[in-house]
Amino acid sequence: MNYGELFRALSPEAVLVAGALLVLGVDLALGRKKIAEARWNAAARTGILSIGLAACFTYAVGASGTAFDGALVLDSLTRATRFAVLILAGLSLALLPGTVRLRHPAEFVAIVLFATAGFTVMAAAQNLLVAFLALELASLSLYVLAGFDKSRPESAEAALKYFLFGGVSAAFLLFGFSLIYGLTGSIEIPAIARQIGHSPGSPLLVVALVMVLAAFGFKAAAAPFHLWAPDVYQGAPAPAAALIASASKVAGFTLFARLLWSGVGDATGQAPLWMLAVAILAGASLMLGNLVALAQRNLRRLLAYSAIAHAGVMLLGVITGGRFGPAALIYYTFTYGLATIGAFGVIAVVERAGRCDTLEDLAGLHRRSPLLAGCLAVFVLSLAGIPPLAGFFGKFLLFSQALRFGGLSGPAGGLAFLAIALSAVALYYYLLVLKQAYVAAPAAGCQDSIRVPAKPALALLLAAALLIALGVFPGSALGLAT
Amino acid sequence: MSALPFTIYVSFAGALCALAAGTRARMVALVTAVLGFGLALVAAGAFSPSPGLQTLINVSWVGELGIRYHLAADGISLTLVVLTGLAATAGVLFSWNVEERAGEFFALYLALIGGVYGVFLSADAFTLFVFYEIAIVPKYFLIAIWGSTNREHGAMKLVLYSFAGSALVLAGLLWAHAAGGATGFGLGELAVAAARIPREGQIAMFALVFLGFAVLAGLFPFHTWAPTGHVAAPTAASMLLAGVVMKLGAYGCLRVALPLFPAGFAFWQQPIAWLAIAGILYAGCVALVQDDFKFVIGYSSVSHMGFVLLGIAAANPEAVAGAVLQMFSHGVIAGLLFAVVGRMIYERTHTRRLADLRGMPLHRALPFAALVFVLAGLASMGMPGFSGFPAELAILVGAWKSSPAWALAAGAGVVVAAAFTLRAIQVSFFGTTDKSVALRNAPVLHLEPITLPERAGAIVLVAATAYVGLNPDALLNWIMPALQSPLMQATLKGGTP
Repeated sequence: MNYGELFRALSPEAVLVAGALLVLGVDLALGRKKIAEARWNAAARTGILSIGLAACFTYAVGASGTAFDGALVLDSLTRATRFAVLILAGLSLALLPGTVRLRHPAEFVAIVLFATAGFTVMAAAQNLLVAFLALELASLSLYVLAGFDKSRPESAEAALKYFLFGGVSAAFLLFGFSLIYGLTGSIEIPAIARQIGHSPGSPLLVVALVMVLAAFGFKAAAAPFHLWAPDVYQGAPAPAAALIASASKVAGFTLFARLLWSGVGDATGQAPLWMLAVAILAGASLMLGNLVALAQRNLRRLLAYSAIAHAGVMLLGVITGGRFGPAALIYYTFTYGLATIGAFGVIAVVERAGRCDTLEDLAGLHRRSPLLAGCLAVFVLSLAGIPPLAGFFGKFLLFSQALRFGGLSGPAGGLAFLAIALSAVALYYYLLVLKQAYVAAPAAGCQDSIRVPAKPALALLLAAALLIALGVFPGSALGLAT
Repeated sequence: MSALPFTIYVSFAGALCALAAGTRARMVALVTAVLGFGLALVAAGAFSPSPGLQTLINVSWVGELGIRYHLAADGISLTLVVLTGLAATAGVLFSWNVEERAGEFFALYLALIGGVYGVFLSADAFTLFVFYEIAIVPKYFLIAIWGSTNREHGAMKLVLYSFAGSALVLAGLLWAHAAGGATGFGLGELAVAAARIPREGQIAMFALVFLGFAVLAGLFPFHTWAPTGHVAAPTAASMLLAGVVMKLGAYGCLRVALPLFPAGFAFWQQPIAWLAIAGILYAGCVALVQDDFKFVIGYSSVSHMGFVLLGIAAANPEAVAGAVLQMFSHGVIAGLLFAVVGRMIYERTHTRRLADLRGMPLHRALPFAALVFVLAGLASMGMPGFSGFPAELAILVGAWKSSPAWALAAGAGVVVAAAFTLRAIQVSFFGTTDKSVALRNAPVLHLEPITLPERAGAIVLVAATAYVGLNPDALLNWIMPALQSPLMQATLKGGTP
């Protein structure tokens, strides 16, 4: 046990936690006499600074192998995931000033930082216990964030639903982990993989696998474990929903993939059992997400069902990533996160000027705020997978890998065809959003132009610019993750 | 030649400028379109025909996947690039009166043009696909915001059909790439890889890719998006949709589907040819009984695109050259017809119903429009002296060589085309021959005179169709050598029944 090494490996998390304490302390010492706006500004600024610093430390840590007796792994996937979640968390913090009217700014920002610390540990975890602790740190923080708006009952409902579902899934996960530990006598992922490689096919292992898959299915909002997602997306404050929808996905999928891939070992010839299970989840998510989204009239619920559909594609990436490397999966989750944060950012700004529940509340957005409408177009078209935006390339890359993975009859090939077919369905509901924003005239009574506060405007522009840049030059981002 | 890629960049840059220019956007758009057309003509002047694609730029784009940004041109792409420049310029002239949200209108218009140039110049399947999809989304907004009759329905239908088609193409290309073990997405590389795939696989892949492109080319029975979309679209967008965008589909069939999977094509050749003929006859008959003037033109577009598809399906040098010539010809003529109906007539009389137009002495009120429509109609019927004649003649001769039955059936389509065109001319412009009726209605008809931009646009297009009609070799000299390229030869050899 080398604690210096541990501290070095976890220096980004240390910075994040210190930043969270600093935010609380500053607000306690100086914030009491200031107006809410200034307190939100100060808290968000401190939060973004500590996230920036954590990013610097992530860069300094580099990809240097395992740390702390193999409990943590610092490889390129860790680094890419950490960068991704830090950028996404920073963007959702930047959405705060001027858009939310909640109490307790410092607490909100501090909890976002705690959640981010959870995400970054998830990115590095190579030990079931560390993985579980990180996941729970992140999840508990997100439950609080979902219920942060005490003035709206929907927010409380979202938090309760999220917490109950999340709690049950945590229990499943822990049960699955304990079975794995009982079977293999180890909580280190590589050691587990070696053990399983020696003695495959135990029925208990199947039970453990099902438990773990169900738990991750809950976390990723994959069908049929998706039921919490629409309510949480609808009820949570927009910046919280943005974080739940984006950064938690990136970190969760990295952890999930790491868990499964190291179990693949040399068994590349035959599709392992978990692949079949993940393929079923992916297919169900793709079908359900895309088809139910067609019927949505609430913007946030539409985004939730689109998230379920995207989770299906990400699960496809989990299947193929074992052979082709994690770059495609991380590229997809990150660019998806950017687009989703952006969409929720637009919702947050529009909500400040009035309601933003149904699609019709976006009517005439192009006249009320060309900036918001333009950014929304980039985000929604990226979600729909239209080139030259990053969402397209992510899909192209994943589908191409899926078809090379055992051809059309392989576990992923058919799913890729299904996903391609459903992308044409998905364009319909994405265009319905843009139709309101660009084609419809503003509704009577809400024709005033919307003033976009500076920091959220900057965050939205940055997210849009990243989506365009990553879409036109995907090679640079892929290089970072491999 | 090296100027050709700039047609793409100029169009996208023009789109951004138009967005910023606000009310002066139409000037920006005109300058951009003329610049693109000029670049195409300059490149055409310096073009020396040769078999195979002449590379314009070829750099690595995404190294991990072997994707290259590879632009190249041969006589076929050059013909269509010139057509795009011509149609784009004319389209701006015919939308000179767009005032509402002009900046966004011309920005989307130019983005669409940029995508179209990109497709015609791509020699890498990924690059081609990216430009192909870039050209899809602007169509939705152009129609849904600035369109007329039932515009939101028409726009959504058109875009979903196009996008579903492109999804089929994507599935087919990725499948071929994976199954053939290709290292990249260059069309040549993919063709080599696809040749390694067993025949059954090629047949399925060809079906996906061809069908995906053919939806956009208006292949019967997947053509229904075209008339509704064209009718709903604003004039400039109809001109582009019928004139250029449908050619994207046909070009994709010719450039991607056939050369990549010759064995698959050989299997599907008969069904494709008969579907093309069915489209010619069916759409022609439907056009014969339409009451909405724009629907007549919309269905006539489907009918004429049927000739293009038949030429491609016949797969011998005459037929394919005729198909490319027909793409050019129809691009110009459809642009003219939509311009007359959508801009010159509808925006002045506010009706497109033939029954209403019959009561108006339009040939007196708008003699210029009448003249242009008669010329365009004659060209559309395949009258010698206009570009439609050599094109359809070459297709029919080529089709006869492959199978006389095709040529006979398609020949009936020429007669139907003459019938619906003459009916449209007669009813719309010369409905009232009775002088007393004309005089009684004349005072009611205060139609704003044809403006200068409209005259300019019409003259450019009429000149183009007449020039090519009198001197088809100008284009055929580009097209024929392109058919000698190894990729095309594989198709033409494998494709004779």
